[in-house]
Amino acid sequence: MIRTLLAATALCCTMPALAKTIPVEAGADAQERLQEALILAEPGDVVELGVGTFELTDGLSLDVDKVTVRGAGMDKSILSFAGQLGAGEGLLVTSDDVVLRDFAVEDSKGDGIKSKGADRIVYHAIRVEWTGGPKASNGAYGIYPVEASDILVQDSIVRGASDAGIYVGQSKNIIVRRNTAIENVAGIEIENSFDAEVTENLVTENTGGILVFDLPNLPQMGGHNVLVARNAIINNNTDNFAPEGNIVASVPAGTGVMVMANRNVQVVENAMINNGTSNVMVVAYTQSFDDPNYDPTPRDVYIADNVYGRAGFAPDFDGGQQLAAAFGGALPAIIYDGLGKGLVVNDAVPVLDLGLTKVGQAPTEAKPSLRKQEGAGEAVALSPIVLPASMEAALK
Amino acid sequence: MRTFLAATALCVAGFAVSAAPTAPVALVDDAVITAKGMPKKLSDFGFFKDQAGWQPNNGVELYQLNSPLFTDYAEKYRYIYIPAGKKAVAGGDGVVQFPVGSALIKSFGYEIDGQDRLLETRVLLHRADGWIALPYVWNAEQTEATLKVAGKRIPVSFADPSGNKRDISYAVPNKNQCKECHSLSGAVVPIGPKMRNLPHDTLDMLFSNAMLEQTDRDHPPIPDFADAAMPLESRARAYLDINCAHCHNREGSASNSGLFLTYEEEAPVHIGVGKRPVAAGRGSGGFEFAIAPGEPDQSILMHRLKSLEPGVAMPEVGRSLVHEEGAALLTEWIAAMEKE
Repeated sequence: MIRTLLAATALCCTMPALAKTIPVEAGADAQERLQEALILAEPGDVVELGVGTFELTDGLSLDVDKVTVRGAGMDKSILSFAGQLGAGEGLLVTSDDVVLRDFAVEDSKGDGIKSKGADRIVYHAIRVEWTGGPKASNGAYGIYPVEASDILVQDSIVRGASDAGIYVGQSKNIIVRRNTAIENVAGIEIENSFDAEVTENLVTENTGGILVFDLPNLPQMGGHNVLVARNAIINNNTDNFAPEGNIVASVPAGTGVMVMANRNVQVVENAMINNGTSNVMVVAYTQSFDDPNYDPTPRDVYIADNVYGRAGFAPDFDGGQQLAAAFGGALPAIIYDGLGKGLVVNDAVPVLDLGLTKVGQAPTEAKPSLRKQEGAGEAVALSPIVLPASMEAALK
Repeated sequence: MRTFLAATALCVAGFAVSAAPTAPVALVDDAVITAKGMPKKLSDFGFFKDQAGWQPNNGVELYQLNSPLFTDYAEKYRYIYIPAGKKAVAGGDGVVQFPVGSALIKSFGYEIDGQDRLLETRVLLHRADGWIALPYVWNAEQTEATLKVAGKRIPVSFADPSGNKRDISYAVPNKNQCKECHSLSGAVVPIGPKMRNLPHDTLDMLFSNAMLEQTDRDHPPIPDFADAAMPLESRARAYLDINCAHCHNREGSASNSGLFLTYEEEAPVHIGVGKRPVAAGRGSGGFEFAIAPGEPDQSILMHRLKSLEPGVAMPEVGRSLVHEEGAALLTEWIAAMEKE
């Protein structure tokens, strides 16, 4: 007995300070109290947000590894940035092994939650929303992890982003699973990233549902290995409200899935319904660029086993109506610009091939035709994304 | 024996401090700089002789920069402290490596009602495990500055250099925001004191006090951006370097943007010429390029520099006013570029 007690005492003395829970309630001085908690937290700590609306005046940031920020629920603990005076986002995370869960970020002036260089980050049951609905004055990205390895975004809701609801950029090893993206310009966007799975999401009433893009002149380029599977991509016909200049401003309203300048992408087992321009587009990056290391074409894109609803009934690009008329009133479910290589479509739907032969060619030079199916093609294999066990455990 | 004496001296020193806690600190307290933790009061360091934080203590030296960062027209007072017997070393890249125990101290203030008043003092402390940045906010009586890790907003009225009255909500950065700018590959580093940004007077002072040694003397200085006698191009690049490049470099907080504004950057597209936005959102202002040559009014860089809206305004922190003189300089620079 004594010996056990002594041993336990010894253990206590040698262990670092025990992880603790730091409760923070809404109310006066929420900015200072919450920001201070986020700064003074130590690895292992939980910053626990109380029930209520936290009225914040500036951006918040977290730079301590292994901290969990947990609220009482995405409709109960609300960080409101409606009165924000500074900073480029609502919450910025720059440390590793962080878990964000069960709270909301509303009406931030820039991005909602950005995590930069934050490896092994978990976003779970988070809501990021611009409460006035889709507007060009809303912030760009809702959930915005960038330049990181091991990213998990699950069971979250994003609404109203003027660029992408969930945007993962220049990262590796990514799972975006079981989220809802509604009334954003892009619902979910995977950009300049390697090894990503976008699965089981509901993506609806955006301008474009799911975008898999690669852009030039960035530190990480050559996006590849992306699985888009088992998503419901429905009725993405919201007028494009992105500020001009941004790449998503060029996405036609009514886009289900758009794959641009990526390699080894699978679009499988999705339900794609009622997207007015096209259910799936596979295209090259068309703007001018000066970057010898950049490949603007789509390569090895595999489309199979999807369920198709109506598509192409309201094409949102120049000449789209005439083109639709030529095809009997609606464009085919899949549009391919004809560039790159290795497109395989194993679904029994028509594919419109624009017949472009050069990147950047004017649409007037297109030679549209229905693509001939060449029998069942093979997919280039994708390995399942495996995240560290600690990340999946954080969902419990 | 020597050890014994040293230990005795230590005890005496400890006794002196505990016996007379209110006595003014005679010297900078090296142990406070290097020990773990975050001292609650600026006076704990002993950087200043006076309570009001104007008279640097022995070993704390005032210094200047060729081109300073714009911070809402605040007056800035920069000090450097290097522990006795140690030296900073400037390597071939012109980056000054400070020994552990060094501190960089910067006070911010305005002339208000005819009196110079300090709002905050930021310290960068070089500890064994790296640099740490801490913000201290002055009390209304100007007798003490207290640590505010979460930052603070302070309403201020002052006259800008052109004599215009300004009312702003001055933002003292929080500890994390200090790091956002002072970050290189995720670690805190000093920004200002690089060889090319230190004027002759400051270098002379550092050398004559034996605080600095140089292994390579060839560091062409960047000009004072306000010096109209210097070439427009180098003034503009100096301005971008000191105001933007601490984030906009390949290892900084804005590395993902692909916009790199260091003085040394040579690729036009990375400086912004013909560069499309990546994650700018409404920060683009509807424009296509960071810099549209010959067209400052069509350039995202100017749009964001002249905006006061959070989410659009650049830099993201430390600015609630437009720097008219800086904006005019960059406008002139972009207007002079040949249209493509």
